[in-house]
Amino acid sequence: MNQTTSPKRALSGPLADQIFGLLAKAAALLTMGLLAAILLSLAISAWPAVHKYGLSFLTSTVWDPVQEDFGGLVMIYGTVATSLIALLIAVPVSFGIALFLTELSPAWLKRPLGTAIELLAAVPSIVYGMWGLLVFGPVLATYVQIPLQSAFNGVPYLGAFVSGPPVGIGILSAGIILAIMIIPFISAVMRDVFEVTPALLKESAYGLGATTWEVVSRVVLPYTKTGVIGGIMLGLGRAIGETMAVTFVIGNFNQLDSLSLFQAANSITSALANEFAEAGEGLHQAALMYLGLVLFFITFVILSLSKFLLAQLRKGEGTKT
Amino acid sequence: MSVSTQLETRQARFASRKRVNMLAIALAMSAMAFGLFWLFWILFETVRLGIDGLTLATLTQMTPPPNEEGGLANAIYGSVLMVALATAVGAPIGIMAGIYLAEFDSKGWLAETTRFVNDILLSAPSIVIGLFVYSVVVSSFKSFSGFAGVVALALIVIPVVIRTTEDMLRLVPAGLREAAYALGAPKWKVIGSITMKAARSGVITGVLLAVARIAGETAPLLFTALSNQFWTSSLSEPMASLPVTIFKFAMSPYENWQKLAWAGVFLITLAVLGLNIVARVLTRQKS
Repeated sequence: MNQTTSPKRALSGPLADQIFGLLAKAAALLTMGLLAAILLSLAISAWPAVHKYGLSFLTSTVWDPVQEDFGGLVMIYGTVATSLIALLIAVPVSFGIALFLTELSPAWLKRPLGTAIELLAAVPSIVYGMWGLLVFGPVLATYVQIPLQSAFNGVPYLGAFVSGPPVGIGILSAGIILAIMIIPFISAVMRDVFEVTPALLKESAYGLGATTWEVVSRVVLPYTKTGVIGGIMLGLGRAIGETMAVTFVIGNFNQLDSLSLFQAANSITSALANEFAEAGEGLHQAALMYLGLVLFFITFVILSLSKFLLAQLRKGEGTKT
Repeated sequence: MSVSTQLETRQARFASRKRVNMLAIALAMSAMAFGLFWLFWILFETVRLGIDGLTLATLTQMTPPPNEEGGLANAIYGSVLMVALATAVGAPIGIMAGIYLAEFDSKGWLAETTRFVNDILLSAPSIVIGLFVYSVVVSSFKSFSGFAGVVALALIVIPVVIRTTEDMLRLVPAGLREAAYALGAPKWKVIGSITMKAARSGVITGVLLAVARIAGETAPLLFTALSNQFWTSSLSEPMASLPVTIFKFAMSPYENWQKLAWAGVFLITLAVLGLNIVARVLTRQKS
């Protein structure tokens, strides 16, 4: 019995190990290659537009598929403006949620409330989009835009910010919906980094008579600041890359002639979603690919920065205590 | 300064500190309420308008032309088919890569780079994945196809599964591995029958979360699978999917299309939140 099985076992062990190890390594390499392949294929497809316009593509506001003249500033402006509005709303709210979940919430409520906020992140973006277009947009127009318009009627500058037809689509509604979408991401990261703060530090501050707010603002926040910024960056990356929700409510209007928050506009992602399938091969498609490349580049930089900051915090763990 | 005024300023400062604290607590509580408010509003409207549009015909009939009766059967079928195939392709690759990161090489440069790349892919805009698959698959086959949709969704599955598989394998105590090695088990067997078994529910959770993620993805399907008004099982033709159909119908001015879109949104939300809750229950039992 030994004679038949032992050589077989001696062989099968290492050989199977090697095959298994190679398969696992191949899967890891495949993932790594994927990023390079995405960058490369976008760059190749965008080449005609990159070659023709160079960097002036980023500063031109013309987008004319009929004359085949393209510039990306309108979309880039839309993406940046909506993401900034989203951050402006989402950061304070997420901070409040994280503060509530780590310092104030009774223990039995922590889990269900945390889960509820995380479910907000799981709702598919198309649901946000449709809800934004058909439910939230009209509410925003009726109860916010129209009163603001009558209040600022004739006021210079401020009046321009709220002009436009009262249909509830545009930069502001896209920004608000993006804010709702990124709140769960930012608050989840903030909650996790707040929990990293050593209990000893917090208890010392409480022991000296500090209030909850003082503990959070003077002990927890300074200790976790890189992590908090990393979380905000992560949310920003999400907001910039979000497609469907924005496409529904931004209005898809390729002109930049008004500062109004209620004016229909366009973003990189919604231009891609709306025009790409119909764009014929050629310069139009290449210009859209160029936009995609810009988008991927921006998110790549932001996500790398976020990851770097979060890793920085993790490195500090254990040394600062 | 007399003792009494000193005491007074101290008390005043204490009172103001308390006021600031109360204000901060009140703001934090309203932030929490603000977050929950949107979740309930969105769910409420989805359920209200979704159930309104949902009939038996929604599940059994094809997508209709404007202003005619119909359902979402072909879109539901297309979604289920593409999600199932994408999971079947993406999950094994993700699990293998996760095993590599946790069991074979957890500190080397290859592992560090893979982890970094994976984090980027995890949060990369999904529409860029669509562009990539378009330029690699669709433009070389010269046609939109269900197959391209499957590839795009599989590329989204991989990073999600890698992340959870690695995290879950790391939770397996080293003692278990060492005991198995001490009994003379080869590495593939240790991983296959010891660590993966111990981490099974966690890995399944990761796959479920990935399914939930791609079930609602629209952007990567817009210019890969496109859409189709008819029932098709052929992966080489454009294929309808629930999210893309919802997008098309919701943006239209036709009332029956919008109604169907709400029904579709209700079905998707139900499926995605259901999967998320099941995934959570699975990990909770583990821990």
